[in-house]
Amino acid sequence: MTTTSDFPLFEIFIRSNRGLDHKHVGSLHAKDYEQALEYARDCYTRRSEGVSIWVVKSSDIVASQEEDAVSFYDPMDDKPYRHASYYKLPEAVNNM
Amino acid sequence: MNGARQKLLDFVIAQADDAMVLGQRLSEWCSNAPYLEEDLALTNVALDYVGRAKMFYEYASKLEAGKRSADDIAFLRDGRDFRNLLIMELPIGDFAFSMARQFLVDVFNLEYMALLQQSSDAEVAAIAGKAVKESRYHLRRSHEWVLRLGDGTEESHARMQKGLDELWGYIDELFVNTDAEVALIKEGVAIDRALLRDSWSNQVEAVLQEATLSKPGVEWTVTGGRQGIHTEHFGHMLAEMQFLQRAYPGLEW
Repeated sequence: MTTTSDFPLFEIFIRSNRGLDHKHVGSLHAKDYEQALEYARDCYTRRSEGVSIWVVKSSDIVASQEEDAVSFYDPMDDKPYRHASYYKLPEAVNNM
Repeated sequence: MNGARQKLLDFVIAQADDAMVLGQRLSEWCSNAPYLEEDLALTNVALDYVGRAKMFYEYASKLEAGKRSADDIAFLRDGRDFRNLLIMELPIGDFAFSMARQFLVDVFNLEYMALLQQSSDAEVAAIAGKAVKESRYHLRRSHEWVLRLGDGTEESHARMQKGLDELWGYIDELFVNTDAEVALIKEGVAIDRALLRDSWSNQVEAVLQEATLSKPGVEWTVTGGRQGIHTEHFGHMLAEMQFLQRAYPGLEW
């Protein structure tokens, strides 16, 4: 391999035989999408793990950052009413 | 063993040897490929070929009524008893050479195995049915590598062209039928190799053109693998391939 810009990183998602959604399984380097798809087949479906593959350039993924955690997630801590378990069911619908 | 059965056995062993020897050569790339992803992909192809060889050897063993096991046939024969085509046994060379070989062989194999699925011999047809799926993927890969390297950098182009030039003299042998095959073609067991030549040439030349490569102007041609006359590289390859069974006869994993 020469440089990583020649061989960008791709994230691989596989849908298993009975699965409904594609799950992230790992990443690999390839020259382009076509080659990434083939390498994904060879690296991640050798043991019949899946029937469908998605490849996405890692650089196209926008991820939340560690320092966002406080503003992203902490405000949810004091809002228990957003959970169904917060509510008591009336007797009449107890068997819902 | 009667004559017809012997011919079938010869044919099956030649098929097995082609797959075994190419699989062994490809396996030499294991841990030596240009990068990890390609290493895995290449060894997957190697395993496809070893698996194909195993099926043919097992069928050969059955035709011999178990006189020799599949392992015996693969690992205890000497070079002169192997019947593989010479192109399969050439050393791996550089990556471009190996990909050029895969491409030239894959174009042949895909069409050959597709036809062999119609063999009147059920076992041969079944093995071909599995092989054709593998070969379709093999060709997809090797085709792309020929384009990538041929139409790549100055160095990759030169290496791919050199690989093709060195391999071209071994191509004729792909299309030569053995005496056993001639007899088996009449019975609908084997496929007439000679009939595949035009289609092979058209496909290969179209890809070479797209890859900005030239059709080699090689004048020489060599055959002999089907008669057990091999290149000087073959004995060294066998020494490595057969070492374990020779040193520890009957050893199993």
